[in-house]
Amino acid sequence: MIPASRSRAFARAILSSQGSRHLSSTSTSPITSVLIANRGEIALRVGRTASALGVRCTTIYTDPDAHSQHALSSPFAVNLGAANAYLDGERIISIAKEQGCEALHPGYGFLSENSAFAKRCVEEGLVFIGPPWKAIEAMGNKSRSKDIMIKAGVPCIPGYHGSNQEPEYLLEEAKKIGFPVMVKAVKGGGGKGMRIALNEQEFLDKLESAKSEGRNSFGDDVMLVEKYIGTPRHIEVQIFADKYGNAVALGERDCSLQRRHQKILEEAPAPNLAEDIRQDLWEKARAAALAVGYEGAGTVEFIFDNDTNEFFFMEMNTRLQVEHPVTEAITGEDLVSWQFKVAAGEPLPLDQETIAQRIAERGWAIEARIYAENPSQNFMPDSGKLIHLRTPQVSDSVRIDAGFIEGDTISSNYDGMIAKLIVSGPTREVAIRKLHAALQDYEVVGLSTNIEFLKKICKSPAFIRGEVETGYIQKYNEELFAPEIVEPETFAQAALGLLAKELSGSGVSTSLGPHGQSIGFAPSSQRQFTFLTSLALDAESVQVFVNQSGGKVFDVTVKGHGVDKTYNNVVCEPHTPSISTFFPHTRIESTVITDGDKITLFQRGRQTQLTLATPSWYEKALGLKDVTNSVLAPMPCKVLRNEVKEGDAVEKDQALVVIESMKMETVIRSPQKGVVAKLVHKEGDICKAGTVLVLFEEVST
Amino acid sequence: MATMRASRAALRLSKPVSRSRCHPSFLSSRSSFRGIATHCPPHQANAISVLPSVVDPSSEEYKENARQMGEVMAKLEELTRKIHQGGPPKAREKHVARRKMLPRDRITALIDPGTSFLELSALAGHDLYPDAEVPAGGIITGVGVIEGVTCMVVANDSTVKGGTYYPITVKKHLRAQAIAQENNLPCVYLVDSGGANLPHQADVFPDREHFGRIFYNQARMSSLGIPQISVVMGPCTAGGAYVPAMSDESIIVDGQGHIFLAGPPLVKAATGEVVSAEDLGGGKMHSSVSGVTDYLAVDDAHALVLARRSISNLNWPKKVLPRPTTYEEPLYDPEELVGIASTNLRRPLPIHEIIARIVDGSVFSEFKRDYGSTLVTGFAHIYGHKVGIVANNGILFSTSSLKGAHFIELCCQRQIPLIFLQNISGFMVGTDAEREGIAKNGAKLVTAVACANVPKFTVVVGASNGAGNYGMCGRAYAPRFLWMWPNAKIGVMGSEQLTAVMETVGKAVDPELKARIERESEAVFSSARLWDDGVIPPSHTRRVLGLGLMAAVGGKNEPVPTKFGVFRM
Repeated sequence: MIPASRSRAFARAILSSQGSRHLSSTSTSPITSVLIANRGEIALRVGRTASALGVRCTTIYTDPDAHSQHALSSPFAVNLGAANAYLDGERIISIAKEQGCEALHPGYGFLSENSAFAKRCVEEGLVFIGPPWKAIEAMGNKSRSKDIMIKAGVPCIPGYHGSNQEPEYLLEEAKKIGFPVMVKAVKGGGGKGMRIALNEQEFLDKLESAKSEGRNSFGDDVMLVEKYIGTPRHIEVQIFADKYGNAVALGERDCSLQRRHQKILEEAPAPNLAEDIRQDLWEKARAAALAVGYEGAGTVEFIFDNDTNEFFFMEMNTRLQVEHPVTEAITGEDLVSWQFKVAAGEPLPLDQETIAQRIAERGWAIEARIYAENPSQNFMPDSGKLIHLRTPQVSDSVRIDAGFIEGDTISSNYDGMIAKLIVSGPTREVAIRKLHAALQDYEVVGLSTNIEFLKKICKSPAFIRGEVETGYIQKYNEELFAPEIVEPETFAQAALGLLAKELSGSGVSTSLGPHGQSIGFAPSSQRQFTFLTSLALDAESVQVFVNQSGGKVFDVTVKGHGVDKTYNNVVCEPHTPSISTFFPHTRIESTVITDGDKITLFQRGRQTQLTLATPSWYEKALGLKDVTNSVLAPMPCKVLRNEVKEGDAVEKDQALVVIESMKMETVIRSPQKGVVAKLVHKEGDICKAGTVLVLFEEVST
Repeated sequence: MATMRASRAALRLSKPVSRSRCHPSFLSSRSSFRGIATHCPPHQANAISVLPSVVDPSSEEYKENARQMGEVMAKLEELTRKIHQGGPPKAREKHVARRKMLPRDRITALIDPGTSFLELSALAGHDLYPDAEVPAGGIITGVGVIEGVTCMVVANDSTVKGGTYYPITVKKHLRAQAIAQENNLPCVYLVDSGGANLPHQADVFPDREHFGRIFYNQARMSSLGIPQISVVMGPCTAGGAYVPAMSDESIIVDGQGHIFLAGPPLVKAATGEVVSAEDLGGGKMHSSVSGVTDYLAVDDAHALVLARRSISNLNWPKKVLPRPTTYEEPLYDPEELVGIASTNLRRPLPIHEIIARIVDGSVFSEFKRDYGSTLVTGFAHIYGHKVGIVANNGILFSTSSLKGAHFIELCCQRQIPLIFLQNISGFMVGTDAEREGIAKNGAKLVTAVACANVPKFTVVVGASNGAGNYGMCGRAYAPRFLWMWPNAKIGVMGSEQLTAVMETVGKAVDPELKARIERESEAVFSSARLWDDGVIPPSHTRRVLGLGLMAAVGGKNEPVPTKFGVFRM
């Protein structure tokens, strides 16, 4: 008998020799340089693996991205100029050639699923790290892909995928399918150019809206109409195929947690899914890939009917997806590395059986997308500077893929995803708890984020039970958007944090010697702080009275909001930007970040946003006045079109202007009944948040 | 700091061993006894300066002192709290209803957060006028830090008799200006006053140290480069109009501040012109037409923000003061001073114990310890500032007077501020004393004190009687600040001696006399008349001195050389 250690070494030797034999038997041309034709976290993600493989990376950037992390990550970084230049395929190809890159990795979004671009890469002698352009083309066209799938035995959802785009005709088709139906841009994806019509009456409106978004997002407004499943789940299968006709499924992902038809939480494996269905899904996904001669990474998306256990092919994404890390977590494989290998002509590193074995052993993984958006305002995208960014400790089971660091700006030019937080655990329950814990350590200030919302989902009982569906957020709306009660200590911390910040900032003689100590008999000097719990005009205000009675000792009274509490001899120790306060009953650590009047506190794993009220004299002294009779841009945006004309009489809630921000369309509706006096901006204008969009005529009463 | 900590450790080590024996015990028998250039590390060197303490908080004496002091302090606390409220409730309510801030809130908003306001003479005017209560003398004065600049703040309290100037109000205003001038402190006047209190005009208007002196001081200080800023938050009538008018910069609150030489009623009487206060001397008019004011504020809070901005533009030097890391708090708790101080002034006060609870690390380099030991002199630090301390430890003899004069000379030569801890019943009397020349030797001390140009601070911790008051830098010897402990008494002599002297010289003694003298010697009586700058809790002595030192040596203050007069030999 050979000792255990030796037997392991022996096994390794056999494995590696098998590996090398495997390689030598195929014709490979290793990739040594790559142009990463993307930005943000995915550019960095691809760069990481490329560097690990010894591949030289060239990155590209636009003017607004000049100082972004992906642009700085490589010494070879080329400026493309305008913000939309990531879509300039010819330019990017010529840069790749100038820079002597052998290959091009498109990431996701932008040109990743543009078959013409993939074709041009090949024509110019570049290795396109992705599927063959023909496969992209086949899958990119929704009606064509459906035909192929039906032929390959993959179930498809009933619908009209034809070329007759007459709205009336489409309406007829919709009636045939039966409402509710979904209209969707043939070339669309990620929820863009997609609308749901619940009934006949709203069909044409929704159609027009989808078409417009399609035109603006990818210059095409050809629509398909499909059956809409009321309580569906989104389950997708990660597949990989090589040049030798092999295809494997690297497990499935459940991406049902969505808002605005975009994913925010993705997990693998899919919860509450029978094993036979799971295997069937994998099988169908592989069949789908093989049917189009697929190579590289792809995702076959299915719509899963929770009630009937039926699933239908939705589409195939011919790229590496945002949520690929959850698959990496459950398989223990680096999918980007697989992409490089397959593109270089190597066979698939693992077979289906091994993968299934891995998945069975490795437990659960969840990805939370941290977005710059405001969940309480219908997930309205936000943009701005990351004034403060603290991330959870990264470990074997906590991964962060981010494209930004503190001080960076989330530009309204691009998608508002700040980071992806991927957490894994032996079971789903553990993974969710760990995700919640990691989210509690995730601190972002400078723009609105969905972090607090994600924490609530982690605590949502139905989610914990795995009862996911794409309508989850709407269904549990009340629970997920229940108003938060702010503890009185939080207000006290806000005031103490503001004081601490001022004291540490002054740095002059004031912080020395006896200053701060009480002097004389019955000393008292109360400072008052007024906080608002939200920006709304009717927001309740809370007053905090702070009296310094010693170097770090304060008496604090919190009044308002039905609270009247006094804490005496509170000791507050500043450790900018956080404070550690010893209340009589407890110690509270808070990170207090201020941005003008906006105060963000993180304490005990919770974020609270407060607004410091402006002083009594503010408006008058600064000559500010409320711009009444006007509609303001809620965020930085581009005006897509004005829906009304000057002089029009409008009703309350009538659409006035359609704006686009972070690649999302938003309809600005009239807050009142009135007559439009002026449309301040014309189509295509770029506006800052708070800019007047529409002025109403003064009402003489 | 490390060395001081080490010295504390050394002290602990030396505790069981008596001082004289301590040294040999450190030497091992093997080492050489030559002692030449034996290295002495700083912690051993510093050990000689650390004051020991024998105060026992469990002793009967301590408890009795603490009880009696506690009573006095509680009374003062209550009195001060009442005074801090200002005028009668009705007047305050009316004030607040007009959306005006109360004067103490104005001061809080004016000064930097995290800084302490050194209020002066809060007891001014207490029980002074039989017909009227004037809490704090109707005016709040004190040293505060604004935008990092140590300033003198003078704020009228219009809830007290409409902010009118009683004689004590004038005196308090002038005292604040004197402190500002001596210490080079920019002045901020928060004006909200109806002017001179007319029934008291005789004691307010005509004399040298009366109302007119306020404006004289403003002009003189401005000429010396001491900025004068006023914030007009209420009426400024007649003479009062000159406060903003004579300031370097003036701010006025719209619809609330008014400046005119004569108000609408007087104008009507004089010329028949009917005009509103706002048109006659309102903020808008003065800021846009007359130019009497420079900034128009929306309300009190806005005006104070403007005042802070004006201070930030003074270009006032921010002297680098000792870092907090360079000094240590006293080794012994200053709160123990209440058990050390006594309301019975005939009992000796252990002055070293007091010094040990005032100075940094309780480190005191005593000078001439064994000569003239009824006066304790030596060098120490308070919040990192080097100071010379002159403290009574009994009656002043010729030797103690000579020692004091010598020490004051040292401090003046070296530009070290002086701190006098007064507990003196007087110079020694009698044949021996006179034959020793106590008169000329005492005079040397008085000369030295009078001529010393370094900043001087006096704290009366016990008695302040007779010529001892002069030799120990009483009010007449122009200390920058003079504070009293609640137990302190001031008078030409103690009430008993005074009564005895009167009886000896054969005068019929009013049976009430002793009680009256006793009352008139008390700290509260003194402070009500501004014979001092305030009564302080003993445990705050260190803080108050620290703030005083910062005012006296910070900003634009430069050392002034001292030239002494003739010392009779």
